[in-house]
Amino acid sequence: MSGTATDGGVAVRLRHQLPLLLWLVLVWNLLWGTWSWANLISGVAVALVVTLVLPLPPVVGGVRVRPVALLTFLGTFLADLARAGALVAWQTVRPRGIASSAILRVELRTDSDLLISIVTEAVTLVPGSMVIEIDREHRVIGLHVLSVESGEDLDRQRRSVLLTEERVVRAFGTAEEIAALQRPVQPAGRPS
Amino acid sequence: MNAGPLADAVALTCLLLGSLLCLTAGLGLVRFPDVLTRMHAGTKPQVLGVLLVMIGGAIRLQGWSSTWMLLLVAVFQMLTAPISAHMVSRVAYRRRHVRRDLMVVDELGMAPPRAGEARGDEPADAAPEPG
Repeated sequence: MSGTATDGGVAVRLRHQLPLLLWLVLVWNLLWGTWSWANLISGVAVALVVTLVLPLPPVVGGVRVRPVALLTFLGTFLADLARAGALVAWQTVRPRGIASSAILRVELRTDSDLLISIVTEAVTLVPGSMVIEIDREHRVIGLHVLSVESGEDLDRQRRSVLLTEERVVRAFGTAEEIAALQRPVQPAGRPS
Repeated sequence: MNAGPLADAVALTCLLLGSLLCLTAGLGLVRFPDVLTRMHAGTKPQVLGVLLVMIGGAIRLQGWSSTWMLLLVAVFQMLTAPISAHMVSRVAYRRRHVRRDLMVVDELGMAPPRAGEARGDEPADAAPEPG
């Protein structure tokens, strides 16, 4: 990246910022609610000012999107959201409240900032599990899970996080990252 | 969008279900024992609830411009809710606002302090720690 910065810094930077630019223009247009050229042009102007005045570091590695895998991920995610949402809602209203909770350590297999962020967001959005700690260096996330009754519950939660990771990587990851899914994971949470 | 009786019924169901889920989020805040579990209640059923309210509103409201606005609300809700929950819980865990007696296992394992040892960062209202 540093090599290309000399012979085309602006172009490279623009390519890194392009998804963000498009997103900002889209949000601007959605906020206005109607489509018009004036909205589009003013949106581009606002997006350019925002990305120039408040630059963000580029997303390293970029992203690929596989449509089928993405649909699988989104479908499973929405189903999880509905199922677990109903479960947590029931746990809040039932007379005996919640049972004890637990904090788990899960070692992820992917080593990309973006993918770890997506996995973390997805895991936290699904009711019943919440990421409270990310150890980026060791690719370990700390997970608080609601209503754990037995060791089986813990194993089930651990497996479901790894499955979420697998679906995310298959939807957005590179070929090497998908191959890295085969890396063995520690079955137990804590390294002894 | 044209609103037939069927669309009205679907919208009504979504709005009612969504409001109920938001109500359970409030209930959970009152009933759950500590910060971490309360963050679960406050962020999770409520995300699904807001999504359902948005769907119901989008079916019922006239015109596309409000639909786009509801879509944006849903997207930002799903982007930001996990991050705020993560930050609050992370701070709560590090400051030991945690009911360890209600926890089956803590694999992150912040070692409890020896008896009488003060680390100096204990919050005044932290739950007592075992050991």
